[in-house]
Amino acid sequence: MNLDQIQRDMFEAVRTPLTSTERMKPRTLEGRSTREIANRVIKPNDRLTSVERLEIYNRQYWFRLISTFTDDFPGLRAITGAHAFEKIAVAYLADCPSRSFTLRNLGSCLESWLRDNPEYIRDVETIALDMVRLEWADIEAFDGSCAEKLTEDDLPALGEDPSFRLQPYIQLLDLSFPVDELLLHVRRRQDVVPFSSNAVNAQHRTKLRRSALPAPEKIYLAVYRLDDSVYFKRLDSEAFALLDALRSGLPLSRAIEISVPYVNRPLDRLTSQMRDWFSNWASLGWFTKSTSGTDH
Amino acid sequence: MPANRFNGFTKYGVGIGLRVPHYQHILEKKPVVDWFEIISENYMVDGGRPLAVLDQILEQYRVVQHGVSMYFGSAEPPNREHLRRLKALVRRTNTPWLSDHLCWGSVDGTYSHDLLPMPYTWEAVRATARKIREVRDFLEVPVIVENVSSYAEFHVSEMTEWQFLTEVVEAADCGILLDVNNIYVSSRNHTFDPYDYLYAVPRHRVAQIHIAGHSKYQKYILDTHDHPVIDPVWRLYARAIELIGPTATLLEWDDRIPSFNEVHNEALKANRFVARAVEAVS
Repeated sequence: MNLDQIQRDMFEAVRTPLTSTERMKPRTLEGRSTREIANRVIKPNDRLTSVERLEIYNRQYWFRLISTFTDDFPGLRAITGAHAFEKIAVAYLADCPSRSFTLRNLGSCLESWLRDNPEYIRDVETIALDMVRLEWADIEAFDGSCAEKLTEDDLPALGEDPSFRLQPYIQLLDLSFPVDELLLHVRRRQDVVPFSSNAVNAQHRTKLRRSALPAPEKIYLAVYRLDDSVYFKRLDSEAFALLDALRSGLPLSRAIEISVPYVNRPLDRLTSQMRDWFSNWASLGWFTKSTSGTDH
Repeated sequence: MPANRFNGFTKYGVGIGLRVPHYQHILEKKPVVDWFEIISENYMVDGGRPLAVLDQILEQYRVVQHGVSMYFGSAEPPNREHLRRLKALVRRTNTPWLSDHLCWGSVDGTYSHDLLPMPYTWEAVRATARKIREVRDFLEVPVIVENVSSYAEFHVSEMTEWQFLTEVVEAADCGILLDVNNIYVSSRNHTFDPYDYLYAVPRHRVAQIHIAGHSKYQKYILDTHDHPVIDPVWRLYARAIELIGPTATLLEWDDRIPSFNEVHNEALKANRFVARAVEAVS
């Protein structure tokens, strides 16, 4: 056997989901015998069979990934309950194994995977998807890039109808449930410090009470970073639409035109409101000097 | 011997891993620490707190990068995005050397995020050495490779682990991060004498040493980095220092992390053995 074949065979066995008692399954996801792979590739010793030795790696693979996934999506876990969450984790990670050198990106496909596999979030589909979007936005906002902030001195150079650019780390979410409050509540009940290391993962299980779910409520949220901490800021629908239009690259006049209806509203009140919005957003450092658009 | 071309001719003392639970203590108390080792992957991001903290640490401390997912032993070529981000971090930290593991962990771009053991074959020697050279040439910094703890051996192996390590570092002309805890763990899991391993290592290539704790199970030992260093590992470390000379040493503590002072005090125990080695030489 050459190096490539050994690694393919072993990895196929290692990424096979565990049994309910956390043992190695008899068949890989591709249907091959794990025992046959183990016996062909791995030497037994005086204490462990080939299967038992391979099983150590099989268990560590799943312990590590599920531990990271659990750290990243505590809100989803609070909505679905621990048992359903573990089923989601195993099925998702089996379908979408890590394609990145960093575990930070482990959940990058979760929203689209859940949309394709709604049976895993039956009865809580909308709120679960809202929560996943929020938790992924939180990850993106935490370590997304930060461009140089726009200052008052930069304004004259922008011209009469400027295109304001948003910081790449800002995430805008329109949600059907107030999952921001739910996530903050869940986090207060736990203390998570995720980071990579090269140590073997012990299986840590935390007790979880399934959270009482909030009633539906349309909310508009900016997930942003200030002084290296991530915050959630609720916006009204027009402010959200305006930011969304600016993020798409529209000049200010067009962004206002499509997001803030003028009908039956005193112009001075409208102007005052927009001045407040922009003043607040600028004070939070949301606008950048960049004129080349954002990553979004 | 310890200051050599594999560690940028530096003479670092005893360091500890930079870990999130200790950030606040370090930034507020500014304890005296010889150096910090960072897990590169935790800082290969675009912005935010990880890089902000790292920049503050870099203002006061020496930092060395340690990676967990380059996978020199994987049969596939290096991930270009990984290399690009790693090089940017190397420029940021000015790390005098960079380490990662003598292992594999990815197939066709899918990552295990584990340190999987190598089959000790000549084919693997050639492939691994080629990849180490490629990474070093791209990063333009000395690269050293760490022996891993392992729980399995392969039928196809053609040599011992220490022969494999020697062949790879000679072929790649690179340094070694000698993890004495990993030698101990593997010696118990595979029933060999850890001193046979130690005596066989090409000493002039050792650029750094790792020490750590582990967890004992009924039939094997796991490299969990969640306990103090045990006496047999300290004895192995002492012998290593006698043979190699005082060498940059790093305590790894990655799970159930106690206070900063507890971790640092555990690491500083290494100085006793370093002092004895210096005395012996003089």
